[in-house]
Order: sequence, then structure tokens, then C-alpha cells
Amino acid sequence: MGLRPAERDPADRGLEVSGPVLSEPEAHPAPTASDPLGQPIRGPRALGDSWSRFWQLAYNIARSEFKLKFFGSALGYLWQVMRPLLLFGVLYLFFVVVFEVNKAKGAAAHFYGAQLLGSIVLFTLFGEASSGAVRSVVDRESLVRKIQFPRLAIPISVVLLALFNLGLNLVVVMIFAVAEGVHPMLSWLELPLIILMLTVLTTGVAMLLSALFVRFRDISPIWEVVSQILFYCSPVIIPAEVVREKLAHGSLDHFLYHIYTLNPLVAIFQQFRHAMINHATLSAGQIMGSWAALLEPLALVAVIMVLGFWVFNREAPHIAEDL
Amino acid sequence: MATEETAVQGLPALAAQGVHKRFKIPEERSHTLKERVLHPLRRSRHEQLYALKDISFAVAPGEFFGIVGRNGSGKSTLLKCLAGIYRTDEGRIWCNGRMSTFIELGVGFNPDLAAYDNVALNGIMLGLSPREARARYQRVIEFAELEEFQDLKLKNYSSGMHVRLAFSVAIQVDADILLIDEVLAVGDAAFQQKCFDVFNRMREEGRTIVFVTHDMGAVTRFCHRAMLLERGEMVSIGDPRDVADRYLEIAFGREVGYADPDVGSARMGDGAARVSDVWLGDDFNDRRAVAPQAEPLTVKALVKFNTDVMDPAVGLMLLNDQRQPVVAATTTEDQEDTGGFRAGEHAVFAFSFHNMLAPGRYHTILTITHRGEGLDVIDRFAGGLSFVVSGLTASGGMVEIPVETEVSRWGYAPPSEIQPTGGSR
Repeated sequence: MGLRPAERDPADRGLEVSGPVLSEPEAHPAPTASDPLGQPIRGPRALGDSWSRFWQLAYNIARSEFKLKFFGSALGYLWQVMRPLLLFGVLYLFFVVVFEVNKAKGAAAHFYGAQLLGSIVLFTLFGEASSGAVRSVVDRESLVRKIQFPRLAIPISVVLLALFNLGLNLVVVMIFAVAEGVHPMLSWLELPLIILMLTVLTTGVAMLLSALFVRFRDISPIWEVVSQILFYCSPVIIPAEVVREKLAHGSLDHFLYHIYTLNPLVAIFQQFRHAMINHATLSAGQIMGSWAALLEPLALVAVIMVLGFWVFNREAPHIAEDL
Repeated sequence: MATEETAVQGLPALAAQGVHKRFKIPEERSHTLKERVLHPLRRSRHEQLYALKDISFAVAPGEFFGIVGRNGSGKSTLLKCLAGIYRTDEGRIWCNGRMSTFIELGVGFNPDLAAYDNVALNGIMLGLSPREARARYQRVIEFAELEEFQDLKLKNYSSGMHVRLAFSVAIQVDADILLIDEVLAVGDAAFQQKCFDVFNRMREEGRTIVFVTHDMGAVTRFCHRAMLLERGEMVSIGDPRDVADRYLEIAFGREVGYADPDVGSARMGDGAARVSDVWLGDDFNDRRAVAPQAEPLTVKALVKFNTDVMDPAVGLMLLNDQRQPVVAATTTEDQEDTGGFRAGEHAVFAFSFHNMLAPGRYHTILTITHRGEGLDVIDRFAGGLSFVVSGLTASGGMVEIPVETEVSRWGYAPPSEIQPTGGSR
């Protein structure tokens, strides 16, 4: 920054170096007392003092990302829907056209296409949000190091963005389902609850991963593998009925089936298939054996959510320094 | 940021008490889970770097407060602690009123979005509500003079347009307390002018501004008070001029009046006397490294005579940092007979003048010659002292001589046909 000679008083044009004439505000002495002197500044945190500001931030970050994807390319919407649809196309060709799984398994296999597409779309939310969250905080380094804002807004915005996409994708799923012959059912009202459970789980995972990645950079490849495993271990391609049939003998089978059902995605996807597409498929309660047994995966969702928040909240004050 | 509390009367706008900040510098940084799993018991060794040590100060409402210091002195860390971007290890910070931080312009700007979306998002980031941010869009665009380009994606903006847009958003955030880092000083001269205009306006509006900078000119021009940080410690606080002098002393002086070895060659002369010390200031024990402009300046040299010398002439030459001689003076001009000195005697030769030097660093060359033509050199001592001239007047010349100007009109006739009548017409 340079000086602006024209602005100086005419009096100090020569050698007279006089400061600008200021009306001096009374200088405050440095504080010594321990009584509060206004709003304390506590440093960065996961959440701020104001919920509305937190949501505005998360929502607007997600919104601008969405806009980027949507208007960034000529076929914005199409590309967004294309990804799960392409995956669906390949799997459908394999399992329905070639192996004809929909004909072999009786009533539960009806509308297998719609079940498959629905599960893929739900998994897309989970996969997109969790793997998107991993790098999210680190990628927004410039924000984190230069502005004070509730840090949690970043991973939450990733989840919100995935929810926007889910909204678009679900429209396609419902069109496909109705075209396949699924009739509207009262149980469709369960959809918000199913999505809520999935969102809570996803949020927990997103918080956990984004906070851990700041310290452990190999979280990213590890999560890629784990995410793939979860895709195949959830009722996306292979319905839960088939798994239950295969794992019906002996204590080892019983143990493995128990592990399988611990995965909250199993109950969530299976309930989606049951309530949204085909009542002949097993509901979440039936898969678990009883509705009470559902408490296990539910508890796991709660644990992941709390753990995710706890870890993120613990890391939040240091993120700007550890990047 | 964006604490919506209204300022409480009688409280400082910003106060810090005993703030400490340490950074861990790991010797080898384990960045992977694998390393943690393989070596679960290995504690990662790290050094503690004290970035801030026991900083306490308060900024009054309406005050323009400068934080200055060399690179790595902790001034940006302090700003980030004040802004709540870093957590302090010890100590507490309070603020009174809505605070906004400008560490960098255009934080969160996305090159693939148009001006509108970026203004809205950046505004929200800086603490506006979405409604406020959108409502102020028109004013932002007008101030940035980008009306014709608002549909363009930001990646198609020139860097100047980018900065203009970012600055326009920043000043639309009507915070009571602004924390500004020096990075604001980007852009061309015209834009800088605009920045300074805005600073002036904000100061007149009574906003509290905390300003981090290297630029001593800006500090003395804008700030009511300033603080000097050195190695994380508060070295000086108070009048910006004193703080600026202390800064120059630390930045250039290293030690008070240190000697620069690469000015000039080894000593020459017959050694009948030796310059044993050179310093700035009147007092042997209170030496200075900074000579304020437009004030009396004294350079003194202590000479020890090894043999009897009659009427020696002592000369001082001041070189600027480009090694150009700016001032030269000898005792012979003033007094022909300096007197006789005995072997073992000490004498101090003083050179005083009104400081008209341009701001910058200067080096001394002292010469002692036998009486006569000045060719019979006793001692030549180059680089005995290096000091800094501080001041605001930097016209670009080597010296700042007071110049009076006058305008007289000569009319339209060719100068050969008309003589100036003396007065102005």
C-alpha cells in the first residue's frame, strides 16, 4: 500500500511530518479483570451459536454445488439421473434378462427391476454423501483457514447435496415402478421415515469420515473399499430373502446372518422394497425376526451418529491448524 | 462472526487477555492410519512453536487499531485468534458487536458460477443472512462497476474484476468490528485508492477496525493506535509513530546501530588514530537505530589516538542502500583547527544536521586525515554504523528538501514578447 500524497494535509507537504488529525477514541487499557467484557470468542467449533446461520450456510453451499452440477453442463439433469440408471441398466441386463431372477423366486421377485433401481438410488445417496464428505473439509481448506463459521456446515452440505439428488432420482424410480405395474399403496407414506433413517446414518458416517480424513489421509482409499463391500452386502442386487434362505443352516450361518442384519442399510433398503414396491418382499421386521430385533441396527445408527458428531466436534477447533 | 449482539456501552469493542497460541511442529508427520496402526505406541514427537505469548490489549469502539510486525511475528495468527479461526491455548478474547473478518478477498468464490451466486454465497459466508445478501447484490455490482459482466462466469473475469467484486461484497457486510489482513492491498493503484477511501469512510463512521500490515505508512496514516509484535510477543503498543519507529528498528536494525560488514573495504590509513565506535544519537549509552525524518540527527564517532596528532580532520559520508553517497561533511568546513591530541586520548566527533534524508537505510564511512589536503589518511572506517530513516515523506528523491512552489500566469503571448510582471494575473 502506498501513500496518497494528495490526501495529506497541505501543512505537511514539506518536511513537516504530521499525522492525520484524528479524533482520538479513548484508549482502553488491556483487560486484567476476569469479568466478561462482552461476547467471548471461543474459537472454531462444529456448530455455531445460531442454528439458522448453520442451516443457511449448509444449505447455500449445497445449493451452489447443485447449481454447478445442474447448470454446469448442457445435459445437467440427465447426467445426474444417468449414473444410477446406467448402473441399473447393467445390473438389470445381467440379473433380469440373462439370469431371470425375477421369474425364479416367486411373489417376492415381482417388480425386481423397480426394487433394484430403488435400492441403487438409495445406495447412491449413501455412497455419494459418504465418499463426498471424506475430502470435503480438506478440499474447502481456503474457507476453513480464512473464515470463522460452524465447521460442521461442510459435511452437512455434502449430505444435503446428495439429498437433492436423491429427490431427482426418486422421481425416476417412481415413474419406472408405476410403468412396471406397481400400484400406489398407503405404505408409500413410510418413505419419509425410510429416508430419514438413511439420512441420519449417512450424516453420522459423513461427519466421522470428514473429521478423520484431516488426520489420516488413507481414510479415502479405505472407505472406497468399505463402500464397495457395503454395496454388495446390502439388499441392492441380492434381496434379503435369498440371503436368509442361504444362511438358514447351522450356528455359523446363524452367526453370519446376524452380522448381515446388523448393517442398518439392510433393514432400510428392505423396508423400502417392502413398503414402496412389493408387499410380498420381507419387511425390515421380518428380516430381523421380530420388530424388537430392529433395535439392533437402529442402535447402531444412533451410535454412528453420536460417534460421528463427537469426533467431528472434538476435531473442529484444530482443523484449521491441522490441514 | 456475525454475533448479532448490540454493542454494550463502556465496554471495549475487542479485548484480549493473556492470549497464548502454540503450534505443534511434528518432526515426522504421520498422515495415515496405517502408520498409527503399525506403531500404536510411538508418540509423535513434535516441537512447540510459540506463535503468541501472553498478548493482552483492548480496542476501543471506533478505534482504528494497527497490528504490525515482521513476517512470522504472529500478527496473522493473532488476527485469526481474534476472528475465532484458531482456538487460543490460553487466555480469553471478547468482542462487542458484529464482527467480520477479511483475511482474504472472495473466500469461497466459485469460478464456475456467475456473479450473483458468488455474491450471495460469499455474503452469507461473511455473516449476512441470505435475504440481506441477495438484497445487496445490486449495490455490490454497482460499486464493483461490473454491471455489464454480471452474467459472466467468474472464471472469465480478469483478476482485477475478481478483486473488485470480492472487495465490494466485503464492504457490504456492515459489521461493527472489522478484522482486515494486509492481503486487501492487492489490485492496481486506482483500486487501492478506492480501498483507502472506504477505510477513511469506515473510520469516519466510527467502525472499529483492526488492521494487520507491513506498511508503516498506512499505520501512521490511518491508525489511532498500533501494536508491534515480535516473535509472538507484544513489544510495543501505543502511538502509531512510535510503534512504526520500533518496527523499523527491529526490521532493519537487528541490533541497535549494527555494523554492516559489506559496506566498503578493509580499513586503511597509517593508524595514528582509529575510529573505535560510531553511533546515532546524542548519548553514548542511549543509541538509536532509527532517525525520524525532519528532526535533528546526530552521528557521533569515538576516536582513539595512538600517537600525537595535530589538527586532524574527520569526515563523515552517508551512503544509502544503493551505496550512493548522499551526505558528505568534514570538520575542516566548520573548524580548521580541531586541536592537538595526545597518544592514548579519546575524542568524540559529532556531526549534526536537520534530517532531510529520504526514508530508507543508510551506512556511514568515517575518515580521519592529517591536516592538509585530506589525502594523508589516518583511518578510514566504512560500515561502522547502519541506521534507518523513518518517515512518511517519500517523494522518490534521495533527499527530502523542503521545496516551496509558486505559480504565476504568463498569459498567452509568446514568452519572448512579455516579461513577467512579478505578480500573478
